[in-house]
Amino acid sequence: MSETMTAAAPDLFDKFDEIIQIRENLLASGVEDPFSLVMEKVLSPTRAICNGRDTILLGTYNYMGMTFDPDVIAAGKEALDEFGAGTTGSRVLNGTYQGHREVEDALREFYGMDHAMVFSTGYQANLGIISTIAGKGDYIVLDIDSHASIWDGCAMGKAEVVPFKHNDIEAMEKRLKRIPAGAGILVVLEGVYSMLGDVAPLKEMVAIAKKYGAMVLVDEAHSMGFIGEHGRGVAEELGVLDDVDFVIGTFSKSVGTVGGFCVSNHPKFEIMRLVCRPYVFTASLPPSVVATAATSVRKLMHAGNKRAHLWENSRRLHSGLTAMGFTLGTREPQSAIVAVIMPDLQKGASMWEALLHEGLYVNLARPPATPANMTLLRCSLCAEHSSEEVETILGMFERAGKAVGII
Amino acid sequence: MDRAEVDSRIRTIIEPFNKKSVEINDSTSFAGDLEFDSLTVMDFVAAIEDEFDIIISMNQQAEIETYGQLVDAVTGMQGK
Repeated sequence: MSETMTAAAPDLFDKFDEIIQIRENLLASGVEDPFSLVMEKVLSPTRAICNGRDTILLGTYNYMGMTFDPDVIAAGKEALDEFGAGTTGSRVLNGTYQGHREVEDALREFYGMDHAMVFSTGYQANLGIISTIAGKGDYIVLDIDSHASIWDGCAMGKAEVVPFKHNDIEAMEKRLKRIPAGAGILVVLEGVYSMLGDVAPLKEMVAIAKKYGAMVLVDEAHSMGFIGEHGRGVAEELGVLDDVDFVIGTFSKSVGTVGGFCVSNHPKFEIMRLVCRPYVFTASLPPSVVATAATSVRKLMHAGNKRAHLWENSRRLHSGLTAMGFTLGTREPQSAIVAVIMPDLQKGASMWEALLHEGLYVNLARPPATPANMTLLRCSLCAEHSSEEVETILGMFERAGKAVGII
Repeated sequence: MDRAEVDSRIRTIIEPFNKKSVEINDSTSFAGDLEFDSLTVMDFVAAIEDEFDIIISMNQQAEIETYGQLVDAVTGMQGK
C-alpha cells in the first residue's frame, strides 16, 4: 500500500518543467544568461563592472542616483556605528529605533500626510496593506497589469478580486457599477506601470472610484522623487493626491536603498501597526538603511533640478530610439522608463547580450512578468546619466540593433 | 432567464474566442480544450459580464473550469 502511494505521487517540481525547458533552450543557443548577471564592482549610480566588463547601467530604477550621495552614505555609516548592523526584531517589539521614527517623519513631511508606516520591502507594503484592509466580502478592483506584490496582497486577503483592462477607464467604471450595494471597495492603481513605463489616467480613475464610494490605493513606486512638483508622484502631477486614501512607495528606486512604505490621512491608520501581518511578523530594516532612507527622502524634497535633467534624459533616449526605428512601449516619454519591444524572446536575449558586450546593462523582461506576452528590453534612466552618456547609449543601441537585425 | 437561453447567449459570445473552432459541450474546459491564456480569459469574462450585467470575480472564476460550469454559474447569478 505505502509502496504504491510513493510511486504514484508526482515530483512537486514537475510543474516547473515548461519554464525549465524554455530556459534550457535559450541557454543552449549560446546566449549569455540574462538572469545571472553579477556586478563585481559598482563605480557610481550609472557605472559598474558587470561580468568583468565596464558597463553603463540603464536598468537599475536608481532614478535619482541617490545610492552614492555623500550625505546619504555618511548618514548610513554613522547609524551603523551608533546603532549596530541590525535590529533583530519586529517593529512592534524591539525593532523600532530612533531612525525608524525619523524616516517616517521624513515621509510624512515629503507627502504632507498624517501617517507613514515603513515596511521592510516595497513588496511587503503592498502585500500587507492590501491584504489587511480588503478582507472577505470586500471587493478589490484593480488594473490587470498590476505588480505581483499587488496580486499577492489580493490573494492573501480573500476579498473578491475584480480586474479590468489596463488603463481602461470605462472598463473600471463598469465593474464598480456592478458591485453589490453595501460591500467595501478598494480600487488599486499604479502611478507608473513598470513594464511599459506608461502612466495611469489617475485624474479620471480616482474621480470615478470616489463616485462609487471606493477607497483608493495608488502605488507610486516608479514615480516617487521624479514625477510631480514635489516628487510625490503621478497623483500629485494630476492634482488628485488629496483624494487618494493610501500611497504605497518604496525606498529601492529613487530613494536608493531598500524598504517600503504606506502614507495615508486615514484617521484610524495607526491600527495597521498591530493588525498588518507582513509588518508585524518580520524584522525591521537595519538602522543604516533607515538612516540612508531618511536622508535621501529629505534631499529629494529639493531635487527640482535633478528631476528636470532626468526628464531631459528620458525624452532624448525616447526620441533617439524612435528615430532609429525601435518600437517602444509608449508613443511619447511618460516616465523614466523606456521599454523597447522585442520581436520574441530569442531576439530579445540576443539584443540584451549584444548591448552587454557594447557595455550597456538593461533589463530583459519576458512573460509572465510582461503584458501581452511581450519580450521587452526595459531601460530606466538616472538623473546622474550625463547628456553625453545618453548619446553613448544611443550609439550602443544602434550598433547592437543592426547586428541582431532588429532595426 | 433560463439555462438554455444563457447557454445560447454564451455560445454566441464565445465564438470569436474559439480560434480553433473546438466543438463545445458542457465538459469543454477553457484551459485544456480551448487553450485560453490569461489575457483571453480577461477579455472573454469581460464580454460575458457586459452581456449579463454581472461580476464574475477571479475568486469565482477559479471555480469555473468547464463551459457547463460557466453556464450554471451565470444562470445562478441571473436568479439573484
